[in-house]
Amino acid sequence: MKSVVKTMTCVVLLAAGLTWWLGRQGHEWAGVDETVVEKYADAAGRPARDPYINTDQGDLLLFCFLVAGVAGGFVGGYCFRDLFPAKTMKDKP
Amino acid sequence: MNRNHTQVALIGLTLLALSQSAGAMHISEGILTPQWAGLWYLLVLPLVAWGLRDLRIKSAREPFFKPMVGLIGAAVFVISCMPVPVPSAGTCSHPCGTGMAAIFIGPALTVLVSSIALLLQALFLSHGGLTTLGANVMSMGVVGALVGYGTFRFGRRLGLAGWLAAFMAGVLSDWATYATTAFELASALHGDESFWRLFGGIGLSFLPTQLPLGIFEGVMAAGVYQFIAARRPSLLVCLGVERAAKGGAE
Repeated sequence: MKSVVKTMTCVVLLAAGLTWWLGRQGHEWAGVDETVVEKYADAAGRPARDPYINTDQGDLLLFCFLVAGVAGGFVGGYCFRDLFPAKTMKDKP
Repeated sequence: MNRNHTQVALIGLTLLALSQSAGAMHISEGILTPQWAGLWYLLVLPLVAWGLRDLRIKSAREPFFKPMVGLIGAAVFVISCMPVPVPSAGTCSHPCGTGMAAIFIGPALTVLVSSIALLLQALFLSHGGLTTLGANVMSMGVVGALVGYGTFRFGRRLGLAGWLAAFMAGVLSDWATYATTAFELASALHGDESFWRLFGGIGLSFLPTQLPLGIFEGVMAAGVYQFIAARRPSLLVCLGVERAAKGGAE
């Protein structure tokens, strides 16, 4: 348990440090879909259109994540031992 | 339990969908002309059917196979919408995870899980698009999987260590995916301009981001392979990734 806490602390500190450093680089960090794909599409006169189902409205996306997390979490938990057998079950023929 | 395995295969793709979507090789809605969008759909549909057939055969042989495919599908879903900032380029892009997936579940099932992951991203994350789904499955699911799988098998046949072959598979599958995206865009958008000139231009624009990100994807694939090889080597034999050691020592 101690090693888990140590590892988690290291990961969190590393992630926080990295995020702080990246935030100071002065870049916009746009995705290459914007900087490459859509740039060439715009130049060719075929700009991207709005998605048919736009979940990026208010808290709708958060709701989708919640439903997916609950459904996936319950089913994944139910089948947990099929995916990750306990040590005593490991490598049974 | 078998019903739940199927549910894991489908719903598990959405588990861990907590990362903000990163646009990268995904071609957005409306960019491709209907003719090109339709052509890519026609080309990938038989391959998705191949994946469904493979799933039926393999899960009849190994009952744990469906939840395993669901788990790897969830990994592909998360990896392919995980924004990774590349400081040398000042942009974000995402790895694909299909090279790694193809090593463990084979190219046919990787096409299947990629098509489900990309469909969910198009439906719920505004990432990619429904009309461009065929093209996105072709680049990430089909080409990424075939190149990753072929590289791994070829590397092992040459006698490379498993982790090194996995590394090569991760790197080349990522680069092949983005090269295919450049091909798809250039095919649809070149108009009166030279196809090769546009293809080269798009490919070169991807280069500063994808060169380091491909190496990152290789490290990720090698890490996952090595982790499983160290912690649960019998899984590699079960999945047909490696042959059982002589004398049944696995």
